[in-house]
Amino acid sequence: MSVFIIRRLMQSALVVVIMSFIVFSGVFLVGDPVEILVSDDADQEEREMMIKSMGLDKPFLVQYGIFISKAIRGDLGDSFVFQEPALLLILDRMPATMELAVVALLIAIVFGIPLGVWAGLKPESLASKSIMTGSILGFSLPTFWVGIMMILLFAVVLGWLPSTGRGDVQIILGMPISVFSWDGFSHVLMPAVNLALFKLSMVIRLARAGTREVMHQDYIKFARAKGLKEQRIILVHVLKNILIPVVTVLGLEFGGLVAFSVVTETVFAWPGMGKLLIDSIGLLDRPIIVAYLMIIVFLFVLINLLVDICYSILDPRVRLQDIKS
Amino acid sequence: MRTWRQIGLAALAVTTLSGPLQAADIVIGIRSEPSSIDPYFHNLGPNNAMLGHIFDRLNDWTPKMDKMFGRAASSWKAINDTTWEFKLKKGIKFHDGSDLTADDVLFSYDRAANYTGGNSSFRTYTKGKTLKKIDDYTIHIMTEKPYPLMPNDTTTVMIMSSEAKGTGGKNKGISAKDFNNGTAAIGSGPYKFVEWKKGDRIVLEKFDGYKGPVAQPWDKITFKFIKSEPARVAALMAGDVDAIDNVPTSDVERLKKNPKISLSSGVSNRVIYLHMDQFRDSSPFVTTKDGKPMNKNPLKNPKVRKALSMMINRKAIVERVMEGIAIPAGQLLPEGFFGRSGKMQAEKFDPKGAKKLLKEAGWGDGFGLTIHGPNDRYINDAKICEAIGQMLSAQGIPTKVVTMPKNVFFKRASKGAEGGLPEFSFVLVGWGSGTGEPSSPLKSLLATHDKSKGMGASNRGRHSDPRVNKVLNEALATVDDSKRGALLAKATEIAIGENTGIIPLHYQVNTWATRKGLKFDPRADERTTGYDYTPVK
Repeated sequence: MSVFIIRRLMQSALVVVIMSFIVFSGVFLVGDPVEILVSDDADQEEREMMIKSMGLDKPFLVQYGIFISKAIRGDLGDSFVFQEPALLLILDRMPATMELAVVALLIAIVFGIPLGVWAGLKPESLASKSIMTGSILGFSLPTFWVGIMMILLFAVVLGWLPSTGRGDVQIILGMPISVFSWDGFSHVLMPAVNLALFKLSMVIRLARAGTREVMHQDYIKFARAKGLKEQRIILVHVLKNILIPVVTVLGLEFGGLVAFSVVTETVFAWPGMGKLLIDSIGLLDRPIIVAYLMIIVFLFVLINLLVDICYSILDPRVRLQDIKS
Repeated sequence: MRTWRQIGLAALAVTTLSGPLQAADIVIGIRSEPSSIDPYFHNLGPNNAMLGHIFDRLNDWTPKMDKMFGRAASSWKAINDTTWEFKLKKGIKFHDGSDLTADDVLFSYDRAANYTGGNSSFRTYTKGKTLKKIDDYTIHIMTEKPYPLMPNDTTTVMIMSSEAKGTGGKNKGISAKDFNNGTAAIGSGPYKFVEWKKGDRIVLEKFDGYKGPVAQPWDKITFKFIKSEPARVAALMAGDVDAIDNVPTSDVERLKKNPKISLSSGVSNRVIYLHMDQFRDSSPFVTTKDGKPMNKNPLKNPKVRKALSMMINRKAIVERVMEGIAIPAGQLLPEGFFGRSGKMQAEKFDPKGAKKLLKEAGWGDGFGLTIHGPNDRYINDAKICEAIGQMLSAQGIPTKVVTMPKNVFFKRASKGAEGGLPEFSFVLVGWGSGTGEPSSPLKSLLATHDKSKGMGASNRGRHSDPRVNKVLNEALATVDDSKRGALLAKATEIAIGENTGIIPLHYQVNTWATRKGLKFDPRADERTTGYDYTPVK
């Protein structure tokens, strides 16, 4: 088991290094941050000083070497724009994004599973058909457009919810969290629903497919034969069995929710990591882009590793294969 | 009876006058977040706009940039060719209660001039100048050569307290971080720094000890950063913010009809123009009509450049592309600014004249071009490029249009070709003149590119005419205002009028929107400043 984990960790480290190289060279090729940041009035001398102070005068591989040697010591460099450590800037924004992602995930689960089960139990009913049509919309409508439409409807026309931004923050267990006040909750609701739509549709589909499959299983028939109440059959026997794929997929999707809430954060001016990333790309703030993607790769690698470990615990065949190879 | 009424009225007057004034707060949704609270960290529009609330400058501009007024300075004059005397106002307090004196000014200029790190400093304005304290409220600034723009330059560098404490290190032991968390952000401006939540908001609070000329219409100003354009407009319509800046032109018509919203537009100091490659015999994006490379460059011929300018229907661009929100341009600054030429109008759309000129230049059969431009930098930039491409194509200059995000565009436009030379042949860019007169664009865009002299830094077409350099240099050394103005106008007339070194298209007009009951005094320097919003009575 430990050999398995060690090997996986080494593979993960390799992925992070390769990724950092790709991103580093990609941003290097795209453009020149000095041209974006410099004041119009600056003369050539001023521009050269800036290039030098950012270390952009050195050859590409030297720049990358410096980056790596610092990164090994845990220093991912200072942001070009803010000239503060990139890692801290990102971590500073992380709670906002995590909060949004968790609320979105909860929305997906709390609404997705009952709707999916309903659609699976009564596939021919009008309600089920509407649910399924709705889930197609959830899949296919662009997040950006839905976000703007939601703002127009709930903030501009109806005036129920605030249109943008994050509400008042309280420090709970050392984390700045906003959802526990009404102000904070009203701010998070729209972006979270917007972010959740896609996942919600997925959960509905997974739950529906699972329910339809499980309903024909022998143990459900047996439970019915035993005379159990329909309620108990669904809540215990069906639900338990459909949850396995739903949880697996959502676990993996959570990484995506955290990493790529870019569009939602931009539309709702949510001060999270995604907005920082997109702003940094616009300004070619390479240290932030590289650090961000490294954190995300790390996050994904970690989630994958946990999933793999779980599998190897659940399924001895995976472990055996590993030992043989 | 009468007395009772009088008493009643008096009582009413007393209650309305002495009653606690309603706390006046404003929330403004702005597009661009500043990169620091350190006043010398980044010489850039959003920073300069935000920090002008917190810090005073010696001088500042009125919104229209037609008049300079003293903020920390009470008076200024040249006492000889190379020495300027600035008198400071007495009794200016910093937010920590200390007095603003000559020592603070010297400290500030020193920190600005020697700033290390940061993204483009204020050295452009401090270079070659020595400050000397005469007494607590008098400063002499010595320049190497006669330097008429000294008062203009003092509208840039902000004044911080020399007693501000930092955590050590370079820049006098005060880092940008010390400013960003508020400990060193001690200015003498009308508003105090409260907090900066990165990516979210900056909050400012009225400074009660302020007695200067800048208005303080609000007790608290909150700037929210809303980059997405539809979201910014929606936030205003939903009433989550009281005002927004950079209203997209496509929304202006709709917002005008909304009874809950008022708009204010003002022409800016930014001209949108075209650079043409004038330094290569074989320019990479000037081709034959069927797209093959050529070893001759028609853009080197001033007649061809003039003809291109005549083929562009500026009125159509302003009306159709800009939805009427722009002003056709014939030179570097719009009406009302100092040093403009009175003779130059926007080039008239004249396809016949253009064809004649082309024929005279020996290019009657036309040639092929590619126009390059950014698509996220100026108002409707990509659409303007497309319109120009069509106009030129219709007149026998088949023109391809290539637009790209600014983070890719500017590197290639400035130094994308081998040897750090500009890559493109025909580019659309813009220029905002921070000094409020044409010497800055003349210096950067039309003077010969010369690194040692710091001239032509953004001359992406490498236009070069010794006559322009000569007149410009003379202007830069002429202290007499009216003579200098005439020289600057002359330099513009040669560089644009005779040579068509660049093709001016239009002056950008910016639009701000507020909820009804507020108004904004549009600023020519494109800054969004909380103190320029006032309640309408």
